[in-house]
Amino acid sequence: MSEELLNLTLHVWRQDGPNDSGRFETYQANDITTHMSFLEMLDVVNEELIEKGESPIAFDHDCREGICGTCGMVINGVAHGPQKLTTACQLHMRQFKDGDAIWLEPWRAHGFPVLRDLIVDRTALDRIIQAGGYISIRTGSAPEANELPVAKEIADKAMDAAECIGCGACVAACPNASASLFTAAKISHLSLLPQGQAERQDRARKMVAQMDAEGFGGCTNHGECEAACPKGVSLNWIARMNRELVRAMVKAETPIESRER
Amino acid sequence: MELRSNEPAGPIEHRWEKHKEASKLVAPANRRKYTVIVVGSGLAGGAAAASLGEMGYNVKCFCYQDSARRAHSIAAQGGINAAKNYQNDGDSVYRLFYDTVKGGDFRSRESNVYRLAELSVQIIDQAVAQGVPFAREYGGLLGNRSFGGAQVSRTFYARGQTGQQLLLGAYQALSRQIEAGTVEMFARTEMLDLIVHEGRARGIVTRCLKTGKVSPHIADMVVLCTGGYGNVFYLSTNAKGCNCTAAWRAHRHGAAFANPCYTQIHPTCIPQAGSYQSKLTLMSESLRNDGRVWVPRKKEDVTKRPEDIPEADRYYYLEERYPAFGNLVPRDVASRNALYVTNDGLGVGLKVGGERRGVYLDFGDAIDRLGEQTIRERYGNLFEMYERITGDSPYETPMRIYPATHYTMGGLWVDYNLETTIPGLFAGGEANFSDHGANRLGASALMQGLADGYFVLPFTVGNYLGEVRSLPPLAQDHADVRQAVEAVEERVRKLMNAPDPKYPPEHFHRELGMIIWTKCGMSRNEEGLKEALREIPKLRDQFWREVKITGVGAELNQTLERAGRVADFFELGELMCLDALKRQESCGGHFREEYEENGEALRDDEHFSYVAAWEWTGNPGEPRLNQEPLTFEYVKPTKRSYK
Repeated sequence: MSEELLNLTLHVWRQDGPNDSGRFETYQANDITTHMSFLEMLDVVNEELIEKGESPIAFDHDCREGICGTCGMVINGVAHGPQKLTTACQLHMRQFKDGDAIWLEPWRAHGFPVLRDLIVDRTALDRIIQAGGYISIRTGSAPEANELPVAKEIADKAMDAAECIGCGACVAACPNASASLFTAAKISHLSLLPQGQAERQDRARKMVAQMDAEGFGGCTNHGECEAACPKGVSLNWIARMNRELVRAMVKAETPIESRER
Repeated sequence: MELRSNEPAGPIEHRWEKHKEASKLVAPANRRKYTVIVVGSGLAGGAAAASLGEMGYNVKCFCYQDSARRAHSIAAQGGINAAKNYQNDGDSVYRLFYDTVKGGDFRSRESNVYRLAELSVQIIDQAVAQGVPFAREYGGLLGNRSFGGAQVSRTFYARGQTGQQLLLGAYQALSRQIEAGTVEMFARTEMLDLIVHEGRARGIVTRCLKTGKVSPHIADMVVLCTGGYGNVFYLSTNAKGCNCTAAWRAHRHGAAFANPCYTQIHPTCIPQAGSYQSKLTLMSESLRNDGRVWVPRKKEDVTKRPEDIPEADRYYYLEERYPAFGNLVPRDVASRNALYVTNDGLGVGLKVGGERRGVYLDFGDAIDRLGEQTIRERYGNLFEMYERITGDSPYETPMRIYPATHYTMGGLWVDYNLETTIPGLFAGGEANFSDHGANRLGASALMQGLADGYFVLPFTVGNYLGEVRSLPPLAQDHADVRQAVEAVEERVRKLMNAPDPKYPPEHFHRELGMIIWTKCGMSRNEEGLKEALREIPKLRDQFWREVKITGVGAELNQTLERAGRVADFFELGELMCLDALKRQESCGGHFREEYEENGEALRDDEHFSYVAAWEWTGNPGEPRLNQEPLTFEYVKPTKRSYK
């Protein structure tokens, strides 16, 4: 509960819109208590900017409890900042020292165009899910839930993969700006479960194809994604995704070409 | 205004079936001729949009977030109830119905609640088939736990992320329909007004949050699944963006707003740390199973380290006042008592605004009894989250907790079909008032959102369209549409050009929240409510004079977004206080200090067994009250007592 006050220098990426070239601007954040969250520190800076008649720093955020995946910014070169397994909204100022300089940038990736300041467009991730990240089951036509037992080990593994919050930190952290961890987590979650078997091949193929079409890079095993992931989603899922893709190519009942969307 | 609940008659267990049989249908080939707007993409909105799209309707779905996957349903931790009776402990649809009516303190509509309990079992089937990874037993069957003091284990859960997994299930179903072309998704798009034409809801006016562009969207009907209004308190466990604007705009067009004073305050949240605080974080209620709640007995001890306060000087106030239930008293009782002990100057933790608002939740005894390892297994994630936020380790020092607004039971008045008092305007999920009465039971919010979204709305939407058959086309340049668009543009202009701009919208929102929290929060009285009703209009006038927004309206402008939401919270906040003043009884989340007996809430069934459905009259201070009487054929009203 001990409290300290910090004076900080912020270097913030400001970009007025998608077509603006952008630049860093410097701000002072004074008398910031160590109990504040990182985003509350930005709120304080923003209220001062508004009162001075300037435009506040635009940044995405919503739940502020680390689950919705809306927030995300690169803090001193690290996606979501210095604390492991922590989203930017759950990061607190006690992780910083008096006099620190903090550099703030948006996610930088070809697949995530900047909309304004620290806000990027992540709809590419939605389109990867739309390509096949689901189990097709008509509303109301589901069988009785306990008719299909799922081994606890499998259910737990599926849940591990399903923890992804879709924030995009993996993409921002990857030198190739690859969305492999995001895509692999969903492919793994659904292909592990018996309910996901019918569409297993198609799903892997379509989701990977969409990931490529969105301009995300490929995976070259740097492992930065796993290190940056606030939910600890494992790199192993990417290996599983690759296996799923090979399996899909081998097992496809009809030639791949004729099945493309 | 006439309030017709349109409940079917007859034995309660046959009502929904009978209602479905008597309803109109739209043939598959005709469905694509209808456009349905769904606002909100949480459990109710996402599930409704996906299901309606799958049935063949043209669906347009809107959300203010950057993706449909981020709606605040995602933050629900605990679980979802369903009357599956998998644990063989005597659960049934009737028992879930009974518990929900009683838990709602006899202020909900029996027919709706029964339907909710009935549909609960189908929700689990649907979610499991979608691949929602619920907890399982070693034999591979679904696991359950007992939640919120229920006498049966009927809660299904996916670690502490049940809301996330259920929402992703609905989001994936929605994504499938977007890919199929039946649903058009508009993310980062906020509804700012309703288009009403010839007495029916026919569309909405939106502002694109990326470009600031204001546009009309015309449809055959509109479904609002836009969540609750907990952020009227400024600080709540809701996401920062949660707001009442869509519901409030509908209210101003004639949709009655029901029971706004029924708000739920959750007892176990992390206390406020400073005036800059932007939101409050919930700690799962399950912590009260092993934690003991206390404050120092002596005022001079409140600044001492808790470890240094001897056992005899600790006041375990819940255990002393409620020996039968102790630390597991219901949410409202636990919350109110935290308020009272901190009012007495016994609160602990950081001083905010001159007051210490925190009580200890101590795991010391549980660690001594069960060992740290067991506690780590049960609550490890929660303890880590607490330490991340406060810097304290609950293994070493007691947690500090305090109540925070969590859920709002009030909302748009709807009939059995979830239709509001505007024909063609429907409301689902937390946005309506329908199923929880004056108090919501744990693990019931997810259940209601999904019941409305997957199973009720897809059906009642068809019934409405089958009844109206074909509506005359409404052109984009029709006067009704143009006026709605112009009204939105005018409001943006007004917000951007306050006569004496001084403060950002948060400044006013914080002050409004403080008024509502202290005078229309956990404990209310006539004097405080009347004070609030004098203060709110003054502050609202000051807001419109002095709100300061930089930048321009025709661009991504987050300050402008917030200002519009705060403006609506002012009007809703006033209605909340009026409703709380009018309801001269204590029930569920609404506790009036004048109506109690030995500290227990005193309900007045003779005079207040009704739904208060408020009608907009043009003046926020003078709404008209309409009453829907509540009758209880099955669950006879009894007094809640936890002594």
